[in-house]
Amino acid sequence: MRRPFWLQVAVPIAVMGLLPLVFPGSYSLTVLILSVLHAMHAVGLCLLVGHAGQISLGHGGFYGLAAYTSAILSVRYALPVEVAMAGGVGLTVVVAALLGLPTLRLRGHALAMATLGLGIILNILFTEAVELTGGPSGFVGIPRLSFAGVVVDRDGAVYGLLVAVLGAMMALATNILNSRVGRALRTLHGSEAAAEAMGVDVAQAKRVVFVLSAGFSALAGVLYAHYLTFIAPSSFGFLFSVELIVMVVLGGMTSIPGAVAGAFLVTWLPEVLRAFENVESLLFGIILLGCIRFFPQGLAGAGASVGRWIGALLRCPRGEQDRG
Amino acid sequence: MAPLIQYLMGGLTLGSTYGLTALGFTLIWSATGIVNFAQGEFVMLGGMLAVAGVAVGLSQLWAILLAVAGTTVVGAMVERTMIRPLGRRPVLDVVIVTLGVAMVVRGLVMLFLGKETHVLEPFSGHVPLRVFGAAIMAQGVWVLATAAAVVGGLKVFFSATLEGKAMQACAHDPVAASLVGISVPRMTLLSFALSALLGAVGGVLITPITMTSYDVGILLGLKGFAACVLGGLGSPLGAMAGGILLGVVESLTAGYLSSAYKDAVALVVLLAVLFFRPTGLFGPRDVTRV
Repeated sequence: MRRPFWLQVAVPIAVMGLLPLVFPGSYSLTVLILSVLHAMHAVGLCLLVGHAGQISLGHGGFYGLAAYTSAILSVRYALPVEVAMAGGVGLTVVVAALLGLPTLRLRGHALAMATLGLGIILNILFTEAVELTGGPSGFVGIPRLSFAGVVVDRDGAVYGLLVAVLGAMMALATNILNSRVGRALRTLHGSEAAAEAMGVDVAQAKRVVFVLSAGFSALAGVLYAHYLTFIAPSSFGFLFSVELIVMVVLGGMTSIPGAVAGAFLVTWLPEVLRAFENVESLLFGIILLGCIRFFPQGLAGAGASVGRWIGALLRCPRGEQDRG
Repeated sequence: MAPLIQYLMGGLTLGSTYGLTALGFTLIWSATGIVNFAQGEFVMLGGMLAVAGVAVGLSQLWAILLAVAGTTVVGAMVERTMIRPLGRRPVLDVVIVTLGVAMVVRGLVMLFLGKETHVLEPFSGHVPLRVFGAAIMAQGVWVLATAAAVVGGLKVFFSATLEGKAMQACAHDPVAASLVGISVPRMTLLSFALSALLGAVGGVLITPITMTSYDVGILLGLKGFAACVLGGLGSPLGAMAGGILLGVVESLTAGYLSSAYKDAVALVVLLAVLFFRPTGLFGPRDVTRV
């Protein structure tokens, strides 16, 4: 099944471009920027969870690792922001590759536990290595985003830049699914053993997707650090990693635009629910249980039904529609 | 010499509770092929319910018994209401559901029992035992004795009772087991209840030593899983041995290197085993027939 490119990428990007007009004001824009950053994780995790069938509970850790690395390189070592960001993404991708190499050889869900462990260790590191990271109170004074000397400091410009990056990620993810790697992953739904016997390297495909998703999270991390100019360990913990899984499941697991929609919805949730902080875990749990049990197609399924319904309305002549 | 004995004993004690968690993982993994992300929450729930029981005025013995029974019922209910209705859905869906269950348990405990750290009185007082000049907590003896009794009980259950043999048959080959008249769903239910029971026993035993709060389940679950992989996933004896080994290594690390990074030991062990010996120390060779 090839995915129509315009529906997968162009329409969601156009919608995201219009959102600041629908929700004006600087506070809304801040939440929108966070939503786009979260959507970057969701696109990568959609490939990993929905297509490679693997769970990661460590992408919050990758997010933090990239953010802290870039912050440390740009502040403590006074490197230019672009170089620091490249360093943050590079280190994270290497760590992910090293973790994925032994873990993805195995069947089952060893990756989930290994990433969970890595996430916890990274969080201990962010908190304990005080002279490097600033410890529990956080890392302040990170330079703003800039490219070749041009500082991107207006929130509107940051939003535009992030949407463009997200668009590129969605395009890349869509292309991956239509490529050899995507075909290899589709064998997971049939017989993995038969596919391997015919020379399809399923483990390799899983590794590619895992490292790519970590790279997406890392890119989100460096953009987050230089947008906010302040980071703290609590933003990159276990709960955040679960939140990312919730976004993907809510989006319907296999759909990239669905995952993006899930990310926006879950990011807006605390703005709607005032008592959110105390019911966060409970709510995430209920969304996971409810979606898997009752709406496995998630938001993408809902979107598809609305689409079919509109299509039927348009195709249907007036008289028949009244009778039906 | 005395510090070494103290660290070894501490590690043995901690490790036995990791072993109990690991046994819980093994039971569910053998019966269903899923990694149960709620396993650590069962451990947390056992400890927290016992604390809550003492807080409302029950005697410690009753609080502990009710906490273990309550957690077992929760485990059985999770299987009945959350896992079974999924039917033959992909394993990934079931694993995500166990993650959802973990988050719900954690969230409910936080809402009803609070965010504070709690402690349970040691079963037989605070006076340490003296062995070769080392001070050893009496609670440690309770932990080891209970863990030994549980392992012995499981051994008898699996080798001498019909239910236990049926469970083993399911783990070996569910299709063949159902062909000879074993009810696979019943065995799945039993595996969840037993896992929750083992988790709760571990939680109740460890709470007087390490304290507890609503959020300890994740780390305990991770360590239990690391123990499981170390011993070879699917092997009950390996799970217990893996737990004890992990506990001892962790305790020595905390004693001689750094206590801030002692939780890192579980991950390092997990990764090292996955890298160099994915079948674990005692696991069977992983041969799958197609």
